[in-house]
Parts: sequence; structure tokens; C-alpha cells
Amino acid sequence: MRRDIVTSIIGIVVFTVLLGLAYPLVITGVSQVAFPGNANGQKVYVNGKLVGSKIIGQSFQRPKVTFPGGGKPKEEEGELVTEPDPIYFQSRPSATEGGAYNAAASTFSNRGPNDKVTEAEDAENIKAYLELEKPYDPGLTTAQIPVDAVNTSASNLDPEISPANARIQAHRVAAKRGLSLSAVDSLVAKYTDSRGLGFSGEPGVNVLELNLALDRLKGAKA
Amino acid sequence: MTFSGWLTIVLFVVILSALAMPLGSYMAKVYSGEGVFLSRLVGGPERLLYKVLRVDPERGQDWKSYAKSLLIFSLAGWLLLYAILRTQDAFFVPHAVNPLGYHSAPWNVTFNTVSSFVTNTNWQYYSGDTTMTYLSQMLGLAVQNFLSAGVGIVVAVALIRGIIGRSGKSLGNFWQDLVRTLLYVLLPIAVLGALVLVSQGVIQNFSTYLTAHTLTGVTQSIAMGPVASQEVIKELGTNGGGFFNVNSAHPFENPTAFTNLFEMLLVLIIPAALVFAYGKMTGNRRQGYAIYGTMMVMFLGAVVVAYIAEAHGSPAQHAAGLHTHAISGSGGGNMEGKEQRFGIAGSALFDVVTTVTSCGAVNSAIESFTGIGGAVPFANMSASETIFGGVGTGLYSILLYVLLAVFIGGLMVGRTPEWLGKKLEAREIKLAGLAILITPLAALFATALATATRAGRASISELGKGPQGFSETFYAYLSQSNNNGSAFAGYTGFIQPNAGSIGSHGVTFADVLGGSVMLFARFGPIVLTLAVAGALVGKRVTPAGLGTMRTDNPTFVVLLIGVIILVGALTFFPALLLGPIVQGLTGHLY
Repeated sequence: MRRDIVTSIIGIVVFTVLLGLAYPLVITGVSQVAFPGNANGQKVYVNGKLVGSKIIGQSFQRPKVTFPGGGKPKEEEGELVTEPDPIYFQSRPSATEGGAYNAAASTFSNRGPNDKVTEAEDAENIKAYLELEKPYDPGLTTAQIPVDAVNTSASNLDPEISPANARIQAHRVAAKRGLSLSAVDSLVAKYTDSRGLGFSGEPGVNVLELNLALDRLKGAKA
Repeated sequence: MTFSGWLTIVLFVVILSALAMPLGSYMAKVYSGEGVFLSRLVGGPERLLYKVLRVDPERGQDWKSYAKSLLIFSLAGWLLLYAILRTQDAFFVPHAVNPLGYHSAPWNVTFNTVSSFVTNTNWQYYSGDTTMTYLSQMLGLAVQNFLSAGVGIVVAVALIRGIIGRSGKSLGNFWQDLVRTLLYVLLPIAVLGALVLVSQGVIQNFSTYLTAHTLTGVTQSIAMGPVASQEVIKELGTNGGGFFNVNSAHPFENPTAFTNLFEMLLVLIIPAALVFAYGKMTGNRRQGYAIYGTMMVMFLGAVVVAYIAEAHGSPAQHAAGLHTHAISGSGGGNMEGKEQRFGIAGSALFDVVTTVTSCGAVNSAIESFTGIGGAVPFANMSASETIFGGVGTGLYSILLYVLLAVFIGGLMVGRTPEWLGKKLEAREIKLAGLAILITPLAALFATALATATRAGRASISELGKGPQGFSETFYAYLSQSNNNGSAFAGYTGFIQPNAGSIGSHGVTFADVLGGSVMLFARFGPIVLTLAVAGALVGKRVTPAGLGTMRTDNPTFVVLLIGVIILVGALTFFPALLLGPIVQGLTGHLY
């Protein structure tokens, strides 16, 4: 008994130092040398300013202002009121606390499959999607909306949308930016990741990368 | 459903089997004391550790002594982890490892969390990104991820020694088995695996949270941390406690479809390898193949059902007017609570992989699975870790069922049941039966208590209406009693209005009941399993005769599956009917 107690105390201390300090510090050291970009979260800078992480989804909604074209940013209950910025591709709906795509507090939405709340949220997202996209893609119907465009993701930080979703949004982005649909479509194709190892998972379009590429296109023209 | 979805599932099973066999042979050597290629590298540190720990690795322990060492060591780990978590904002903790200045969670949540990690459960009422400091994660939680996994594995090894023992009482030495598990198995795979994960985009740093200014002029705060080193052992040790709240759905924990596959392999590799190790150590590899076959049949059944159900979509989606079949450029299906990069197949497969094992990691929101898709994890856990199961726990759980199946088979043919040449008698059947019943008993008792009392129902989420609320509760206690740790995450035991545990309080009923269930359903079966090993180890071996029922052929596989399903169905079917099945069958919205 006493021997077990002594061994247990020594053991837990030794293992904690080995597995809780030495091991993570070695992994951190090697990672920071061998894969510094990945280990630090694939940060994306534009003109020296941090705009996000390549693999963390973000919102492309802009703050609403008090009157069209100017005024102060609107707030409700201390949170910014936002609306989709039509010149950008929009990410999936997100329900993190403290505003969409809060990557400091990831959370599941936990909407049940047989829940009226889920149906209502889906219906609301469908309505918003149609309002935003239908003016530029008149044939669009509810039945054609890809599910990822109106369902929240697991992490609520999904960096990707489905190619079908992107192809619908391409109509709006092309119109708003004065580009041809085929030019935007080819950008979408360029930023579509294929399946992992060619067979696993689903193809997806990285929204941040695609939007950055659009901005660069504009910059090159000007 | 898509072709690539089915292909993913098939290739995953092939790759897993191909990797598990050699690892199984390797582990059999490690626990038989034979030299392996790593002996040269870690033999020195191994001997040094014995010296520091003051143990004689050659001293064999009988089952009581083995159990005593295991329990005292687990208690020491419990106390240290509790101390670490409760002092995470104390004056002596350097700022670099608590850059956000997080306070400790209250005692009741900490009791639950500590019990959860020491029992290899990793049930999480807290949210990692808003509660835990980097130091608590790596020095506290990740250490128990290694140690609790090690404890599970050594019990399986001790049981194998009991089965194959020829005489005497010794089941081996607990400390030697633990040290060897850590140095020869867990740590080497963890080091390699962590680097693979970082190479694919899992983060590993000690930065404070980032603030980004997005293209549309809003700010985004992004959590950071030493994730990869913890992510890999979370999977490898079938622990499942995510660094972040959303676990393996978080892009920093699981950035690509490849890491998704890799993490699933990490989860299943040791449970699968141990089955082959068992075959090798008994001297008849077919014994291992029979168990592997049993597990794989049930595993594939679960995957097929989950994939079909999730690809079909949910009643709520259909009511809203969505079409959920696959179209060009979208896989369709129930994408509520699922990530685009994994898709339906990658989410359904991950769900099954982590609920048949006691891993409990999630890459999609189980609460948002369809009724039938969500019934699959219930069914997996109702099988009490016999479908691969947790590291070690899976093997010893199914071996207890083998014992039961041999006994029932013996009764049917009217002969004294024999298993690998040893006569089974009343004592070991009683012990095994008791061990098998502890987990269902804990799960059902706690669920009943939590649904029948106001204090228990306080934990049900706002969205948990009708059968969903019952499902949440049942899932919570089934998961905790199975030491699984996955959740219908709406069920709450920790109210935290702000990040950093400010203004937070725990739900004492849920925290304490859950914590007690985890401890009881972990250490109860462990002690009983060691007792079974102790009862078997001294039995004399008689050569198999003509009338001996074989335990290494397809007939026995069928019998074993029958026994597992029978026990699981008899204990859990009524409760399952009240929750997920009624949702799956009616399609009614609540």
C-alpha cells in the first residue's frame, strides 16, 4: 500500500513533466521550425494587415449604417447590425455567440432534426438567400438552393461553401463587380479544393481565398 | 449518397486493417517482453523510469495487487488534475500559459471534468476556448489523455495474461505495463502523428488570441493554442476531449478531409491492433480474427445506417422546402451541423468511429443528426464498447462477452463450457456478468433520475423539446457511463455567460451525477475484469477435445454478435424508443 502510494506520487509527477511539458514543447519547437505557417494558423495579411486565417471561416457581412451611403454603424443590444456585402461571396450561416464567425468561442448550433426552430431557421435563411441572389439569378428556386447555403455548419466556422453554392452567388458577384460570369466562374473553379486524396470528403470553395482573389483582380485592373 | 462516399468507407476499413495487423504483432511483442526495434531507443529511459519509480518490473502482481496499484495511481492523477484546474489563475501561473487570464471553473464543473479525463471519458461541460488555459490543457488534460489510455490498455493486457496463464497467480506488473504502453506505443505514435497533423494545418503555438480585421470592416477574434500535441493523443487514446468546444469540427483541430481520415485511423488503430495482439498472444491468430470479424460486421452495419440516414436529410429541412438529394456541386443531405470539407460520408463515418470506440470526439453536431442517424451512436454505445471500444476497454469488454457467449453456447449443447482449454465455472461467469451489467445499470439509473427530477431537467437545452429533450438526457448519461464523451451538446452542466469563467456556475446535479457515473462505470468493470483474470490465471489447461466448442470460427462470430445485440437490446430498447426512434419514425416536428 505505502509502496504504491509513493510510486504513484513519483509517477504522476514524472509523467506530468514528460507528457505535459517535454512532449508538447518539443512538438511546438519542431512545428515552429518545420511548419511555421501552419503551426501559427495560416494567417492571411493584406497590405501588412491581418485579415484572418485561411482555414477559419469568416463573415463577409458589412456593418449596416444609419442611412444609405453614410452615417454611423447601427447597433442593436450592443452588437453590430450587419448585412451581406454584395460584392463578396458569402460564407455559410453561422450562429456563434457574440456575432457570426466568432472564432474565439466556437459552438455547435445544436438544432434538432425534428425541431420547429430548425425549420424556422432554415426557412429564414432560404428567404434571405433568395432575396440576395434571385435578382441576379432569376430562375433560382428554393428547390435549387444547396443545403450548405442555409444549414449552419458544425463548428460554425466553416471556411468553405459548396461549388454549387458558389456558382449561384457568382451571378451576383459578377454583376456587382462588372465582371463577366465566366470570369468569376473560372475563379470559383480555381479556388475549389478537390476531395481529400481524390476520394474523401466533399469538394469545397474557400470563401476567403476566393474573395481575396476577386479583390486582387480589381486592383490589377485599376 | 455518392460513390466517393462509399469509396471512403471501404478504403478506410482496408487501410485500418492493413495497419492494425502489424501494430498488433508489435504490441504482442512489447507485452510479452520480447525485443522490438524501439528497444534500443527507449530501453534506457525505460530502465531509468523503473529506478525513479522504485519498482521492480520483474515482480509479478496477483489481481488484487494489480488492481490496487491501478486504483491508487488513478487517484493520484485525479487529485493532481483537480489541483491544476482549480489553480489555473493562481499567482504562480505564468502569463504566457494563461494569456487571456482565465479563471478556474467552479468546483462542481471541475469535479465532473477531472472525473471525466481520469476515466478516459472526456465528457466536457466546459468549452475549451473560453475556459481552459494553455497550461491546464497540456499539463493537466493532455497528461490524463495519455495516462487514462494507458490504464485501459494494461487492463486488457492483464486479462489476456489471465486467459493464457498456465499456472500461478501473476498477471504481470502494473508499472511495467504502464511504462511500456507509454514509451513503446502511445508516445512514439503521438510524436509522429502530431507532426503529421501540423503539416496539414493543425496549429501548435502559445500565441494569444488573434484579432483580424476582415475585408468587410468587422473584426474577428481567433483562438490559438498548442493544439496538435493534444489532438493526436485525444484520438490515439480514444479520449475525445477537444481543445476547442467544437472538437474535431474546428478547422484548427481537423483542417482537411485527409486529417479527418487520419484522425479516424488514430482512433481505431489501437483498439483494432489489440484484437490482433490478443490472437497472437493466445497462440492462435484465428481467435483474434474471429473477434475482429465480429466487431467489423457490427461496425459496418452502423456506418451504412448512419450514412443512408444522413444523406436522406431531416424532416425540418424538408418542411422548410429544401431538396436534400445530391446535385452537381453539392452532396446534399443533412448538412445542418456538418462541415463542407467532410461532407455526409466523412461525418457519418467519423461519428460511428468515435461512438463505437469510447473516443467521443465529434466532427459534426450529433444533436443535429436525423432521428435514425442519431440513433446509431445510441446503438453503438448500447453495445457497451464491444465494437472496437476504447483502447483496452474495447478488448476486455468483448472478451467478457466471449466468456458469456461460451457459457451460453455450453448450456445449449449441454457441456461444461471451455474457453481456450480452461473450464469456465460459476465464479468467473458471475464476475463477468456483473461487469457487463454495471455500465447499462449506471446509464439507465442516471437517466431515470435526471428525467424524473426538476434538478435533472434543468440541464435540457431550450431547443430540446419533446423527445429531443429525453434524447439529450439519455445520451448524456449513456455517454458518460460508457466513458465515451460525445454529446447531444445542448445538454448543459455549466452556465458561462462570458468567456474566462466570469459569472459562471455549474449545474451541481448534472455535474456530480455525471462525474459519479463515470467513475463508477469505469473502475467497477476494471476491478471485476481483473478479478476475472485472477480467476482464470491459475486454471489448468486441458487439450481441446472433439466436443469442445470452437471460438475461432464463423459460427461463434454469429453467436457472439447475437449475445451482444441481445444484451444491448434487452437493456436499452425501451429507452431508445422514447427518444431517437420515435423521432426517426414519425418525422413529426416539435
